[in-house]
Amino acid sequence: MTLRHRQAVHGHVDGNALAGPLSELFAVDVTAAEGRCVNCGLTGPIATLMVYDRAPGMVARCAGCDNVVLRLVRTPDAAWLDLTGMTWLRVQLPTTT
Amino acid sequence: MGIVSPGFHGRRRESAGGLPPGQYLTNDFPVLSAGPTPRIPQDEWEFTVTTESGREHRWTWREFLDLPSETPQVDIHCVTKWSKLGTEWQGVSLDVLLADVETEADYALAHSYGGYTTNLPLDDLLDGKAWVVHRYDGEDLEPEHGGPARLLVPHLYFWKSAKWVRGITLLTENEPGFWESAGYHDYGDPWREQRYQGD
Repeated sequence: MTLRHRQAVHGHVDGNALAGPLSELFAVDVTAAEGRCVNCGLTGPIATLMVYDRAPGMVARCAGCDNVVLRLVRTPDAAWLDLTGMTWLRVQLPTTT
Repeated sequence: MGIVSPGFHGRRRESAGGLPPGQYLTNDFPVLSAGPTPRIPQDEWEFTVTTESGREHRWTWREFLDLPSETPQVDIHCVTKWSKLGTEWQGVSLDVLLADVETEADYALAHSYGGYTTNLPLDDLLDGKAWVVHRYDGEDLEPEHGGPARLLVPHLYFWKSAKWVRGITLLTENEPGFWESAGYHDYGDPWREQRYQGD
């Protein structure tokens, strides 16, 4: 099933759709990072979020409770990133010595 | 009795020449959504106006249908740049819904089933400029387009026309809604191309 096909059935795609837009902001692939939903406490990779991108911006919702975890709006000269739906974000980094 | 908003009648065009700046014409009706589509049975639907003092004015679906309705024919303009001309709706003017509401508020925040919100100056909901609509093109409004009922405020970008509307809170101070708190313009006039904050 393609991403677009999945969207036609469920109205959303998965969090991997955030990889390109977030790569404008972060030096690491944030979709591999883990986050915690502020509403229900579900923890998991950003890639597992449900992303609604047929909208004025990208809206990523928790797969457990539908709560908005992340919003990203790209204007012509800025990106607005709202992470108030997330308690924390854990980004795996190379081990330091 | 059907009405046509004079402001939009004067601007109606069948060509792109009459579109607001940066818009293109579509004959489809694109579905945009920031979340799963709520499925609200008509007999569970309610619409509530809450004043700044907390006073509530509530209508059930049946009470809403008993109000005098209008059939606005208007152009709609989405901030994602599509416009659709001459759309036909049926619903109740906010002038009717707010007629007996006592308020000193200058602002309104519309709430939807599913959690969506959008803010508007109260004046933009009055004087024949806004409706709660439940029918589109002669049919009941589909859930994908905001049914059972949605707000219709066609002189502003369409994100202000909240789908699945369940109420309006009247406020003495402006409170940004879902998109307005994430970079979109607070007012959203398509003719002044107010898409983003700072436009």
